[in-house]
Amino acid sequence: MTEVQLSRAFTALADPTRRDIVARLSVGDATVGELAKPYGVSLQAVSKHLKVLEEAGLVSRSRDAQRRPCHLEAEVFDLMTAWIERYRRQAEERFQRLDAVLAAMDQDTTHQQTGAAS
Amino acid sequence: MTATTSNETRIEADPKLPTIRIVREFDAPPARVYRAWTDPDLVVQWLGPKDTSMKIDYWDARTGGSYRYSAWRDGVEIAAFYGSFHEVRPDRRLVQTFTFEGYPDGVSLETMVFEDLGNGRTRTTALGVVDSMESRDAILASGMDRGVIEGYQKLDALLISQV
Repeated sequence: MTEVQLSRAFTALADPTRRDIVARLSVGDATVGELAKPYGVSLQAVSKHLKVLEEAGLVSRSRDAQRRPCHLEAEVFDLMTAWIERYRRQAEERFQRLDAVLAAMDQDTTHQQTGAAS
Repeated sequence: MTATTSNETRIEADPKLPTIRIVREFDAPPARVYRAWTDPDLVVQWLGPKDTSMKIDYWDARTGGSYRYSAWRDGVEIAAFYGSFHEVRPDRRLVQTFTFEGYPDGVSLETMVFEDLGNGRTRTTALGVVDSMESRDAILASGMDRGVIEGYQKLDALLISQV
């Protein structure tokens, strides 16, 4: 998954309604009508949300049947892992710099102690 | 059993609560880790985004004190952060508020605990709490260097167009 795709997926998931839709679809496929029901919003509004999710590659819709149920692409979970991994790596880079600072402090301390003893 | 003493960073993002927990171990005793975390001359050497130079604008690491630091690239300030030191308990615990100036409505409450593991080792646990799952996810996604702000601008436009 490219950075652009990842970014698009994140943007799609930044909206709470869309996250709810994703949560609902993780249980099983559903039609636009079924998805609209719990929100008391128009089919059109839900369709717009679905379009964003589709463009982000998070949701797909079958073309054949009239019902056209929406299907969650399971990669979404890999995606969330990817965000966290990216964030984790940044923290790790920072902490490796801190490791170096701590090691240098150790030398300073040893030096000072040696100095004091002599 | 492996003999490795891995110091790998661990991140936990609670699926139900807007929190981020960061756990890391260090090959140094708590007093030294604490100093590296609170002495501005040392902090400036490691904190802050990669490939940037950091400037500490002010830093008063006392209970009730405050701080601001900024990240610079090619002579341009690219990000700045500020907050207060809510509680400073030497070698043991540090409680701070944290705001990214690019997102002034957001504030995180960060509690850092320095745990003595013996043998000159320390485990630090940082628990950050924000006000919504959206904010939390945005922070996690900030690990992506670019695209997020553009993404949000597109989202804003999209949401406006839906009205």
